[in-house]
Amino acid sequence: MVTLTRAADFSASLRYWRPELSEAENRALFGRHASQHGHNYRLEVSVRGEPDPVTGMVMDLKDLKAVIEREVMARFDHRDLNRDTPWFEKEPPTPERFALVIFDLLQAALGELLCGVRLRQDEDLWVDVEAEARS
Amino acid sequence: MITLTRRYRFPAAHVLRSSRLSDSDNERTYGKCANPAGHGHDYGLEVSIAGPLDARSGAILAVDRLDAIVQKRVLDRLSHRLLNDDPWFETRVPTAEQIALVLEAELAAAIAAESSARLVGIRLLETRRNFFACGEREA
Repeated sequence: MVTLTRAADFSASLRYWRPELSEAENRALFGRHASQHGHNYRLEVSVRGEPDPVTGMVMDLKDLKAVIEREVMARFDHRDLNRDTPWFEKEPPTPERFALVIFDLLQAALGELLCGVRLRQDEDLWVDVEAEARS
Repeated sequence: MITLTRRYRFPAAHVLRSSRLSDSDNERTYGKCANPAGHGHDYGLEVSIAGPLDARSGAILAVDRLDAIVQKRVLDRLSHRLLNDDPWFETRVPTAEQIALVLEAELAAAIAAESSARLVGIRLLETRRNFFACGEREA
């Protein structure tokens, strides 16, 4: 088995906010994260499998790039995570929840080939989601 | 499995000399790291945690709370210090291996005591070319 990883960079704005709470409650719960801000995210998508005996590839990187473009970049790049996507209207886009949303979108497209994603919010904070524990 | 990793930095000095070795054996074993005047590194510390997401905050552990634990238990104690002066290293030579093991034990206990998360492991980066990992997931 071989694991291959393709990275993509995108930028998005967000805030941690629960609409059922007041502004004061949101600020108490989330602190400075309740203010509008943004990140330069880096996503690393890993697929694992046996190389095809004819092509020698686990997966054509062009196809993987196209899946990442369609499932992630088109939805999140230069968007507001709370307002422009359906996942964070009621729940805060913590890196944990954002990584799980991306993992689920990619797993629907890639199936069992997907072995994990790493979402870097910045150089000092990242989340890993591994396939085994979720299936 | 979902894990969150946060990276911290602390500059610190150390001297690698064992009281169980002679001067010449220390110099043979540790080379330039045995310089009695000391030397230092900008240590990087990657802390990985796992656990259920809190329903309200959507986080394994709010990053600010993790930062506060690491600040109090590690950074306030070791940043801008000579590691050999710390009680942790009274009986241990402060090699990166020993620093990693000490910090893993300290943070595992602190995170278990102060949150519902658990420490999966740490990685200590001594220089850009030397990394040391310990914990349940050595990665």
